[in-house]
Amino acid sequence: MAENTERLRAADLITAIKSAGIRFIVALPDRTTSEHLLKPMLADPELRVVQICKEDEGVSICSGLYAAGQRALLLMQHTGLLDSINALRGVAMEGQNPVCMMVGLLSKEPGVLPTQSKRYGIRIVEPVLDAMQIEHHLIEAPDDVEKVVPAIEAAYARSLPVVMLIGREPC
Amino acid sequence: MMKRDQCLQVLARYRTNEIVVAVYQAAQEWLHISPSDLNYTFTGAMGQGSSHALGIALGRPDKRVVVLDGDGSLLMKLGTLVTIAHAAPKNLVHCLCQNGTYETNGAVDIPGRGTVSFPGLAHEAGYPKTYTFESLDEWQRAVDRILHEDGPLFVDLHVEPGEHYPEALLLDSRVFCDQQLNKRTKQCFASLTDVVHKLEETQVQREFLL
Repeated sequence: MAENTERLRAADLITAIKSAGIRFIVALPDRTTSEHLLKPMLADPELRVVQICKEDEGVSICSGLYAAGQRALLLMQHTGLLDSINALRGVAMEGQNPVCMMVGLLSKEPGVLPTQSKRYGIRIVEPVLDAMQIEHHLIEAPDDVEKVVPAIEAAYARSLPVVMLIGREPC
Repeated sequence: MMKRDQCLQVLARYRTNEIVVAVYQAAQEWLHISPSDLNYTFTGAMGQGSSHALGIALGRPDKRVVVLDGDGSLLMKLGTLVTIAHAAPKNLVHCLCQNGTYETNGAVDIPGRGTVSFPGLAHEAGYPKTYTFESLDEWQRAVDRILHEDGPLFVDLHVEPGEHYPEALLLDSRVFCDQQLNKRTKQCFASLTDVVHKLEETQVQREFLL
């Protein structure tokens, strides 16, 4: 994977998220996304941010919002994703809830595929998602923003979860 | 101490159109006591009930949401008390069926049985109001008011097992049954949301024309 020096823009991500009909952001701060994604979202009057104490709460809050006819995005770090495996198993997969997640890969080396990372915690994320049969996409370069709306639409169409892995800090 | 099924029967008598999220034993009994398309009982993993309820409450502020939580479940996710208090949904009533045990998993005592104060935890987490009921009479006198009061409210119900309800309904077809209920609930909500959106669009068009 060649390093693309162009930076992912948080504003483009927020536009895409809104285009997909998402109005609720369920979040626990993550160093990759806090500054340029979560903080603007907290200040955005078109978005309601629900702050959580533990990431797996977010899996169920998003499912409850879905039952109530609302679209939501769960924003968290990959450590939180790994901590939420049982909720993803029971609530999202077995419960067939379209939980849409944006997950910061903290300390992933820019331009390096997650599975090629020197960091164990990063290397295992995609294999774990594959084992759980959870759809995932890497969002790292500016062009990757185009994946966001189709990924969210597909999750709702299939009534199954999706993970968008944020490969580097957006600007 | 109240028999749990009697406690739930009192709630059912005063229920009108509330969405009820229920977990474990309370869910099994609630489906018999108050069958409704607005019962939401597939919570997927222990400790998740109140988070589902919070999502529903935030998504449908026009509907009242009651969660029938368990003490073992709540202990798994005490942070949910802070999350709910911070989100502050006025339409959420968080009921705790406190029996002091992991009843579904062999009736082993919970840690802190008799010493931990769940209403105390909820109060310190930021719930504006908490209640504790140990007798059916007190509960019966208060339930209607509680169902109409601004939340989030925390209602600590001291219960013990009552009548035995057939488990087959949940255990034999648990996932299917619960998912069907949820799908119907979702369809119902989705169509209501459509209606609301259409009304809003009509209003916008009308304002534009005027």
